[in-house]
Amino acid sequence: MKRDIILSGVGGQGILSIATIIGDAAMNKGMYIKQAEVHGMSQRGGDVHSHLRISDQPIASDLIGQGCADIVISMEPMEALRYKSALKKGGWIVTAKAPFVNIPNYPNIDAIYAELGKLGNAILVDAETIAKENQMTRSVNMILLGAAANALGLDIETLSASVARIFGSKGDEVVAMNVKALQLGAEVK
Amino acid sequence: MTEKQLLLGDHAIALGALHAGLSGVYAYPGTPSTEITEFIQMSPLAKERGVHSKWCTNEKTAMEAALGMSFVGKRALVCMKHVGMNVCADPFVNSGMTGVNGGVVVVAADDPSMHSSQDEQDSRFYGKFAMIPTIEPSTQQDAYNMIQDAFELSESLKLPVLMRIVTRLAHSRAVVEVKTEARKCNSISPAENWRDWVLLPVNARRKNDSLTALQPKLKELSNNSTLNIDCKKGSPKQGIIACGIAYNYVTENLADMPEYDILRISQYPLPTEKICAMATRCQSILVVEDGQPFVEEQLLGILPTAIKIEGRLSGALPRTGELTPDNVRKALGLSAHEHEEACELVVPRPPALCQGCGHRSVYEAINTVIREKYPDAKVFGDIGCYTLGALPPFSALSSCVDMGASITMAKGASDAGLQHAVAIIGDSTFTHSGMTGLLDAVNANAPITVVISDNLTTAMTGGQDSAGLNKYEAICLGLGVDRNHLHVVEPLPKNMEEITRIIAQEMEYRGLSVIIPRRECLQTLNRKLKQKKSAK
Repeated sequence: MKRDIILSGVGGQGILSIATIIGDAAMNKGMYIKQAEVHGMSQRGGDVHSHLRISDQPIASDLIGQGCADIVISMEPMEALRYKSALKKGGWIVTAKAPFVNIPNYPNIDAIYAELGKLGNAILVDAETIAKENQMTRSVNMILLGAAANALGLDIETLSASVARIFGSKGDEVVAMNVKALQLGAEVK
Repeated sequence: MTEKQLLLGDHAIALGALHAGLSGVYAYPGTPSTEITEFIQMSPLAKERGVHSKWCTNEKTAMEAALGMSFVGKRALVCMKHVGMNVCADPFVNSGMTGVNGGVVVVAADDPSMHSSQDEQDSRFYGKFAMIPTIEPSTQQDAYNMIQDAFELSESLKLPVLMRIVTRLAHSRAVVEVKTEARKCNSISPAENWRDWVLLPVNARRKNDSLTALQPKLKELSNNSTLNIDCKKGSPKQGIIACGIAYNYVTENLADMPEYDILRISQYPLPTEKICAMATRCQSILVVEDGQPFVEEQLLGILPTAIKIEGRLSGALPRTGELTPDNVRKALGLSAHEHEEACELVVPRPPALCQGCGHRSVYEAINTVIREKYPDAKVFGDIGCYTLGALPPFSALSSCVDMGASITMAKGASDAGLQHAVAIIGDSTFTHSGMTGLLDAVNANAPITVVISDNLTTAMTGGQDSAGLNKYEAICLGLGVDRNHLHVVEPLPKNMEEITRIIAQEMEYRGLSVIIPRRECLQTLNRKLKQKKSAK
């Protein structure tokens, strides 16, 4: 099994937590992992992305080539489209629906949705609304991860175990909330 | 015994160094090197062993302190981003002359494509310049293993060793198999021959001769090094030399290559015998290296050669910017993977100062004064979050060159007759390299206005300690700044009237003045509040 994953969003939206959970889950399945992150200046409200590769065979490159990504998971719709050219034919986009508007020239959001719609395998997750309805506004990223689980080839139990390991130090409440977020995400069709 | 850990390249280096019996890490924060030191600061093993890990004021003080630790016989690590090598170049190059006692490894983290830097310089030149071995890992596992090899090499040769990494290794995670036991730290055993360490000309000439005489041995070590690997299938006409991380981009494509002849280089000086051997069996050599064409240039020389050398200079690879699986694939003569065109709707989302950040109020005040009173004024900037003041909506800066250049460039411009020159510099950058420039300005009583925008931390790199915390007024007064022209203000929207008044008054003054707007960075403040909350 091999998945080349691009995670994208805006600095501070929690894409690195998603990467950490997937990485932990893959490692516990004995898989190989490479995950390239962006640190430094780009984190100040700019666009951020991470290349995450998991495979049962050794992985050479830290970066994913154009047209090679199996899935783009994005915390923001325009940031999902930014990596359109990275996507493999028939690859999946799983993105949060709510735009993050912190620039004056943010494009028309309906045009963004239309572009995403043209790609075929795109899932728009209204993660923000789900989070609000369930009083878990800080777990938007885990809702999204739950929605992507199927395309990732990782089951919710495996991901939940990783959430427990990674968030364990923050207390049982935080773990329970994030596990629930994964489940809610997984129910999105 | 070994265990598997998921580690950033930076973390693998840190853990490898600890397992090699490190006694101290000396560093100034800089992307993409910062996490090496942070890992050691958080390490229980480092705590248990009392490994020194406090941040240094700049890369030069770091390099010198490491040399002192080495003199006493212990192993020291120095870490920095590539441009930090320029700051510590003096002690770094001369450490090749003194040699070392306890092992010294210098890690230079290069940033091809300048993700968070002002240039794309290649630190391998520094290794060659100082005539010492350079190690360049390809993977996180290499980074862990090779830092230990580097300490052994350093102590066996009695020379410092340079390890060169790039952003994509430093900031990429992989599963690394690590030891469960660490080598003991060296005990105190000061260098015996003081003459080796006193670089008076009489000693330096002798050391220069011995360092020069050692070069053939370094070459021989590279030729026999297990870090420089041959990887061959069939007998292709083109050989490939792949350095450090470039090897990953080449091997990513192996499945599509019916035959290949690859030499991975991870130890310098160049393994000339291995390269010559490749030249006898191939008609051309493609050099794949991240950063500048360091190897390609050495292979090309000036006079024509029988064998064709390709790489960044020939146009086979882009002349600038980092390597990617795509541009390497193209250089290998393979067709691109099928992919969609980029979407035209997508617009850039540049980074910006945080909402509510104190630097914002500082720029608003400076811009107001300049707009209303001194439209010909120029603002000289520096390196940090506040460099973002160059972008809209502030568009406030005329320059940003290197750590500390704001003050000295403002002084130079003022020397040339510019009436109103303002320097803006952060607290950590000021102690890193601004203090000496301020002394120049004091001695000339240069009519410039220096703004030290103090957010109590080294914010850009993630909130590390700032060396001059709570000492800025004392430092300025100690350097000779006039007490009547030294002001501290709190950059909050409610204080804008006071701040603009003080800036206007000091720009009018025909001597040196220093204004310190001080308010804690919101990022570090929030982190502290969170820690407090979770401690309850």
